Amino acid sequence: MSFFLQQVGTGLSLGAIYGVIGICIVLIYRSTGVFNFAQGMLLVIGAFICWTFITVLHFPAWLSFVITLVLASILGFVIERLAFRPMIGQPILAAILMTVSLMAVLKGITLLIWGGENQAYQPPMLPQNPAYFGDVVLSQGYLWGFGVAVVMVGLFIYFFRWTRHGLVMSATSEDHQLARGIGIPVSRVFSLSWIIAAAASAAVGIILANLFSASLELEYIGMKAFAVVILGGLESIPGALLAGLIIGLSESMAAGYIDPLVGGGIRDVFPFIVAIVVLVFRPHGLFGWKRIERV
Amino acid sequence: MRLPCGTFNESYASDMAIVRTRLQWGLLIAFAILLFASPLFVSEYWLSIANTIAIYLIAVAGLQILTGYCGQINLGQAAFMAVGAYTSGIMMRTFGLSFWASIPCAAIAAALAGVLFSLPAVRVKGFYLAMTTLAAQFIISWLCMHGGDITRGTFGLLISRPQLGDFVFNTEIRWFYLIVPVSLIMLLLARNITRTKAGRAFVAIRDNDLAAEIMGISLFKHKMLAFAICSVYAGVAGCLWANYLGIATYEHYTLMNSVWMLGMLIVGGFGSMMGVIYGTIFIKLLFEGVCTAAPAIADAIPAIGGAVFAALGLITVGLVIMLFLIYEPRGLNHRWEIIKGTYRLFPFSY
Repeated sequence: MSFFLQQVGTGLSLGAIYGVIGICIVLIYRSTGVFNFAQGMLLVIGAFICWTFITVLHFPAWLSFVITLVLASILGFVIERLAFRPMIGQPILAAILMTVSLMAVLKGITLLIWGGENQAYQPPMLPQNPAYFGDVVLSQGYLWGFGVAVVMVGLFIYFFRWTRHGLVMSATSEDHQLARGIGIPVSRVFSLSWIIAAAASAAVGIILANLFSASLELEYIGMKAFAVVILGGLESIPGALLAGLIIGLSESMAAGYIDPLVGGGIRDVFPFIVAIVVLVFRPHGLFGWKRIERV
Repeated sequence: MRLPCGTFNESYASDMAIVRTRLQWGLLIAFAILLFASPLFVSEYWLSIANTIAIYLIAVAGLQILTGYCGQINLGQAAFMAVGAYTSGIMMRTFGLSFWASIPCAAIAAALAGVLFSLPAVRVKGFYLAMTTLAAQFIISWLCMHGGDITRGTFGLLISRPQLGDFVFNTEIRWFYLIVPVSLIMLLLARNITRTKAGRAFVAIRDNDLAAEIMGISLFKHKMLAFAICSVYAGVAGCLWANYLGIATYEHYTLMNSVWMLGMLIVGGFGSMMGVIYGTIFIKLLFEGVCTAAPAIADAIPAIGGAVFAALGLITVGLVIMLFLIYEPRGLNHRWEIIKGTYRLFPFSY
């Protein structure tokens, strides 16, 4: 029983993080219509920038965090301006290829600047001693991750429902032409969504780097978030969070109960199996929009 | 396609012909002679590059049918290559088949994998389809890695050199005379597939899938067929690649390989077999150029890390694909057609 609860605790905390990564993807998809396959690399770059400031330059943790968010925002702005602005009106195929080649370029830049090694934060940003809930033992990093994820989801919901910029972004996602017609600067909204998504990804990257270490393997966690978005539906922010929790939980369960049968490692591939099953039976996900197409 | 001055298509057969004029026949024969005589005067190094390019040409030609002609993106082509490679390895090691018998096995196994993953893929499109094939890439890689004694996990399957009687394929020249003809035949086959009824149906699906369905083309059947053809090509390429290297390991069939193959399509141009050739040669030579230049760059700028080979390859090729997407999304083939047209009309621009 305690093993079960342990898996639930780990799964939910990891799932909340998946959820936030999923939200970053949904954010860009909803306003710009681009599914960002380079999401994983945004996590990696955020993690490495923060590592540079904390471990190499010995900045205080909070300052490094803020600087990382600022730099990541600039990166998001540059990416949108140089790579995705020319893709407006191009076929989906071109947009997909743009994101995957962006992934390659960002990976190359990371390798060039930081090399391929895993780097631990020194000194660590989060307290290291584990937290106990009855029988369940969780690293405090997971709790922080869960907390940050909940706060970020709250912020996103507040932003999209009650602030002017958020409403403008929601309007843009409905229809670019109409949004332009009522005087919304659509290209500025595109920039803004990339900036927000890049900053949020960097924050998640820092959390993940504290949990594991700053490494290129964090990219794989970003890839798993694609499965989250497929399950939740490409258009839904609450859907991404819920799907994140479901994927995190099911992955953790699979790792706990199926791994002994197949000899380990099912955790790496389980979200993708879920994604395939979802695509077979409910391609638009839990909360996505089922589109009706006309010739 | 613009024809030279005074050449007209008077029948459907001449409209569909691949080689149209006498000059083209002459150039083709001259090129073939040059190609097959080239081992006499080029070094082993260039032959190995030619072999690599020829194997990739097969896989990219399959991808061209699926992505370029049928409009279905595939981020998992390398994984289907892996299916072919591992099938060939298992057939030769465990079941004692010869290399030649293992080629059709590899093709069939890859086709089955392609059809299996096309079941979710035929119902979705765009980003959902990209996600499906990405999942295929990860799941197949994972299976190869965790296949236990069957795939030998991280060690990979060692494969002995193929033989034809006493003739062992152990030098670059011998491989050249095996791989290049196979590659050319597969390319010709791919070009001919696009001229059949199914090929025209693929193009209709790419241009507007709903309109195609209303015209009576079965989307399910044709998308699945395109996936099957694509993975047969991947299977043959994977089988050759594994035997050429003497090892089948999942490390040669990563997501990045799949991405580069799509990049070759973009650089060459969607929807033309000549584009496959231009794109594959361009990207592969770019990689070789980067590998040659990397040590010099690493010496010149000592601050950059030890991963300079991988890093520069990723950055250069990624940037080239991005630039092509922005400035020449129809690829080198389109650019070449423009140059030919301009030359034919010179000095009058119309």
